Amino acid sequence: MNKQGQKRGPWREVWRRLKQNKAAMVGLAIILILVFSAIFADFIAPYGYDDQDLKARLQGPSMQHFLGTDNFGRDILSRIIYGSRVSLQVGFIAVGIAIAVGGTLGAISGYYGKRLDNVIMRLMDVLLAIPGILLAISIVAALGSGLQNVMIAVGIGSIPGYARIVRSSVLTIREQEFIEAARAVGASDFRIITKHIIPNALAPIIVQSTLGVAGAILSAAGLSFIGLGFQPPTPEWGAMLSTGRNFIRDHWHMTAFPGLAIMITIFGLNLLGDGLRDALDPRLKN
Amino acid sequence: MHKYILRRLLLLIPVMLGVAFIVFTMMYFTPGDPAAIMLGEAASEHDVERLREEMGLDRPFIVQFSTYIKNLVVHQDIGRSYQSKKPVVTAILERFPTTLKLAALGVLVAVLLGIPTGIISATKQYSIFDSASMVAALLGVSMPNFWQGLMSIIVFSVWLGWLPSSGFSTPMHMILPALTIGTSSAAIITRMTRSSMLEVIRQDYIRTARAKGQKEFIVITRHALKNALIPVLTVVGLQFGYLLGGAVLTETIFSIPGVGRLMVDAIKQRDFPIVQGGVLFLAITFSFMNLLIDILYAFVDPRIKSQYK
Repeated sequence: MNKQGQKRGPWREVWRRLKQNKAAMVGLAIILILVFSAIFADFIAPYGYDDQDLKARLQGPSMQHFLGTDNFGRDILSRIIYGSRVSLQVGFIAVGIAIAVGGTLGAISGYYGKRLDNVIMRLMDVLLAIPGILLAISIVAALGSGLQNVMIAVGIGSIPGYARIVRSSVLTIREQEFIEAARAVGASDFRIITKHIIPNALAPIIVQSTLGVAGAILSAAGLSFIGLGFQPPTPEWGAMLSTGRNFIRDHWHMTAFPGLAIMITIFGLNLLGDGLRDALDPRLKN
Repeated sequence: MHKYILRRLLLLIPVMLGVAFIVFTMMYFTPGDPAAIMLGEAASEHDVERLREEMGLDRPFIVQFSTYIKNLVVHQDIGRSYQSKKPVVTAILERFPTTLKLAALGVLVAVLLGIPTGIISATKQYSIFDSASMVAALLGVSMPNFWQGLMSIIVFSVWLGWLPSSGFSTPMHMILPALTIGTSSAAIITRMTRSSMLEVIRQDYIRTARAKGQKEFIVITRHALKNALIPVLTVVGLQFGYLLGGAVLTETIFSIPGVGRLMVDAIKQRDFPIVQGGVLFLAITFSFMNLLIDILYAFVDPRIKSQYK
């Protein structure tokens, strides 16, 4: 019991500190609401995301349609609710790709060092030399648009960030005594990296990935906005904004609400990310 | 110091070759035959085949890449646009001043808004101003700039009729695009200035300055700012680079004829030399900008400069 208690101790402490941070709790609540509406969109949304009512085209907010309708008479609120599925999916999977590839490269780079480190980090320098959105644009231009390609494009752009974070954590942890002890008892490199180094490098990865999901959602929406991301009728927030732009003079609601959904999501993730950073920062521990 | 600059310049060469390789490879594997795109749908198979040979598209990948690099280095030639038939370098250079101007205005907005707000927030920590500006900064970071651009068009162009909604020809045309592109950077700079300033004003030499009876205004502007602004400078430089990339979205919203818009149009028309050239050109500019900031950093901070002697 005691052993288990000790093992869970640091994370409990992090949670305790996170709970005290009101802003972070607001962020967490926003994210939980979004995840909830993404999962239960079929039950929450008043209409289907592609239900067209051509008689009710381009209507402003009303009791029937809280956030109005678009140019096909589709309910904007319902499309925003279904859109949370797409955005969260893109955010989490793109960051997942970046962590898997970047984290592995960073761990190898930091653990083995020398020439391998040099090759991997120079490769990361090359990726960092291309501004993120441009890299994503050129990848989508090459692969074509669509959910999967957007996730890959946004994910690749974030690889260097994770590689650098994991590498620097590994470099610090590698020299510590408990790693030497693991090596002395004959643990393999794979075991040392996965069982000892990665769990100890988790804190910065968690912070970076929370903020990373925000960045990924923003990039994906940006790609859709310039017509390179999702194609209709996918209820994606960026694509909805892009359509709304054509009706901007007379139907502001088509542009305002999807953008507000993006902003609230990013705001929530940023609040949570900042809170996690404070909660995980050892300098603030006491 | 000279050695450091030279070393950094030399290090840029492999990075740029790497960027060229990545961009070239991506476009190489993009579906669609460039010769067929150039000649259009009516062209015969024979003509397409002949153009492929002429353009060297039938040669192996590595030969094509070497030719691309050779032309880039020796003749500064990175091909011609499939659509306008103009050299890519000319097409990009025609548009680049506009993009540069947009990014520079964005940085100006960001600095003018971000630094004073950050300083006041730090000197009045936990005040209402501090809380309000931190919430505003967080909202600024969270707001998609393309949405902000569209909302500002709705308010200032459609509803109030104060400012034009597209173009970039007069100062009036530049206000909305500059605010759109600069807001999130302003938010980042505000947060950075505040935290950097907070760190500096807790240091002993500031306490000494106050203890000897120096006025608070002088303590902040003469003593604290000098050190607090050094890390802010890096962020400003980085933001300039990001804004060059981010210009793609702002240029699309306000129909500004810059490099970003050129690239987006080129992607839609499958005009790949332009896309390739645009990414390469902006990446080179971005890298030079970062190098310049690093050098500037060493100049303003004697502690760093001494490391390179």
